Amino acid sequence: MIEATLLTKVFHDKKRGEIRGADGVSFRVEPGRIYGLLGANGAGKTTTLRMLATLLKPTSGTAIVAGYDVVREPDKVRASVGFLAASTALYGRLTAREMITYFGRLNGLDEPSLRARVRLLADELDMYDFLDRRCEKLSTGMKQKTSIARTLVHDPQVMIFDEPTVGLDVMTARSIVRFVRECRARGKTVIYSTHVMSEAEKLCDVIGIIHEGALKAEGTVAQLKARTGETDLEECFVKLACPGEAN
Amino acid sequence: MNWRAVGTIYAKELRDLLRDRRTLVSTIVIPTFIMPALMLVVVKTASTIVSKARAEIPRIMVIGGDDSPGIRAELEKTGKFRLERASGDWKSLISNKRVRAAVEIPAGFERALGSGSAPAITLYDYQGELKSGLASEQLRTFFTGLRSRATDKLLAERGLPASIARPFEVTQKNVAPPEKVGGNLLGGFVPYFLIFLCLTGAMYPAMDLTAGEKERGTMETLLCCPASRTAIVLGKFLTVVTGSLASVAFSLISLVFSLLMIGSTIGAATKGMGPAGEMTPTIDPLGILGVLAMVLPIAVLFSAVVFAVCLFAKSAKEAQSYVTPLVFVIIIPCGIGLLPGIDLNLHLAFVPIANVSLVCKEMLSGVWHWGYIAVIFGSTALYAAAALALAVAMFKREGVIFRT
Repeated sequence: MIEATLLTKVFHDKKRGEIRGADGVSFRVEPGRIYGLLGANGAGKTTTLRMLATLLKPTSGTAIVAGYDVVREPDKVRASVGFLAASTALYGRLTAREMITYFGRLNGLDEPSLRARVRLLADELDMYDFLDRRCEKLSTGMKQKTSIARTLVHDPQVMIFDEPTVGLDVMTARSIVRFVRECRARGKTVIYSTHVMSEAEKLCDVIGIIHEGALKAEGTVAQLKARTGETDLEECFVKLACPGEAN
Repeated sequence: MNWRAVGTIYAKELRDLLRDRRTLVSTIVIPTFIMPALMLVVVKTASTIVSKARAEIPRIMVIGGDDSPGIRAELEKTGKFRLERASGDWKSLISNKRVRAAVEIPAGFERALGSGSAPAITLYDYQGELKSGLASEQLRTFFTGLRSRATDKLLAERGLPASIARPFEVTQKNVAPPEKVGGNLLGGFVPYFLIFLCLTGAMYPAMDLTAGEKERGTMETLLCCPASRTAIVLGKFLTVVTGSLASVAFSLISLVFSLLMIGSTIGAATKGMGPAGEMTPTIDPLGILGVLAMVLPIAVLFSAVVFAVCLFAKSAKEAQSYVTPLVFVIIIPCGIGLLPGIDLNLHLAFVPIANVSLVCKEMLSGVWHWGYIAVIFGSTALYAAAALALAVAMFKREGVIFRT
């Protein structure tokens, strides 16, 4: 479960002055649901998700993630969250197994349960061919599997995906989408950011449209379409995100 | 503080670095082989040049002295000089190194020698040029010998004892124990070498573990784990300190070996040079241990400073451009220990790096000022702690850690 209340992040830039990366963002995600954060580049998706994963500290507002407050108990939040972004890379000089094991240890798993967990993940993700190869030598698809295993090693209740399919080919992107659905099927709380309309439409139970740091609209795809009277999600998005510019 | 997390991070970073060929080269191979090899080559070349110059029979020119054939003959008889035909452009010949030195014998010198009223002899050489200096030194020895013999002869003719001209002899003896001489000779150099290696050993790991991780996108991955930021900094920082100390340890081991070799080189080159020949550079093993203990807080200090600086950088390349000027900042106080005649005092004992450089020089020459040693160790440890606190504070700043 994720409950964000008025999450706000203000950055200070020497040239541009004060920038509101996120401005009073509030939403709620139930377990077994996928919440899609839909927005253009620079809309505030990454900032919001980084605050949920406690990588950034909110300037004001807070969020309860898996029962813990992101401001007061960031360590506990991180222990209950799996964070996967296009920008979270693997250690090239470690093997896939070492990578998963390292994050398992950092999550406080003991050695026997860690070994069992690695075996389970390697089975599920079909990783045995490359488990003991260095990450720098892996193909993009293999790297994605390793990253997924890394986020799942501590079996988190909440999964945060920040544009995980950016730059991936169709097959690899599809396997990520399949994996996100599987997380939902297992009852995890999932939040997923993207700027690809079709992806959001296919995957998300609820979509939040974010623009210039603020959440402009929220609802299921059907609700959003009904509200704007459009049949195409892209048209809906443009109307809701920036009403003045729609034509 | 979760020490288990610190240990996990430390173990992983160490393994990661050991798999990187560039780290191995910069923290192990260079300190072990290149530096002592370089030292060896320099010393070996220098001593070869000196002994070659000594072995050479210098070409000299005698100007005038046509009415002093005896002196000429004696000069030739020594076998230490090769006499060249006199010519008018001797000055340029010396400058061009065709002739090493020249001696001007005034007219009527030999005749006047017997009466004790001979005119002055003039030696010409090219000052600062090694071989020219050696040639004129030998000429000077020859003529002072000649003068003594002339004096003795004059005194004997008048029935006076030779001791009347030289009522006493002057001899020079070295009282410093051999390790003291060796300590002064090498004491300035060894700490300089080790302090420098402390820095270079910390540099590469620090760049790789901070800016390098930002650049490769693994920093964000690491920050997702429940380990606290302080635990992450400490794990990484300990890895950097390990790199720094490994550099020092590897270089020290190879330094001891190369010193043994250089010792024999200097010994051979200075053989038969009187007191200087005793300057075999032996170093007190206790002094080496003292240096190691003093280098410890320096390694922590450098690691923390380099870590903080590299953490700020966006990429390894940017980090490199910040660290390179740091090398010069550190080299200057470090070089103070190399200057002759600078002694440790209470003010200098608080100047970071320079104080360690100076106290190490003292310890290597067998002098132990415990008060200064305590002040220097304490102050360096304090600076190191401050730098580490800065690194931790920087790691907790979003503006620094997400500066990409």
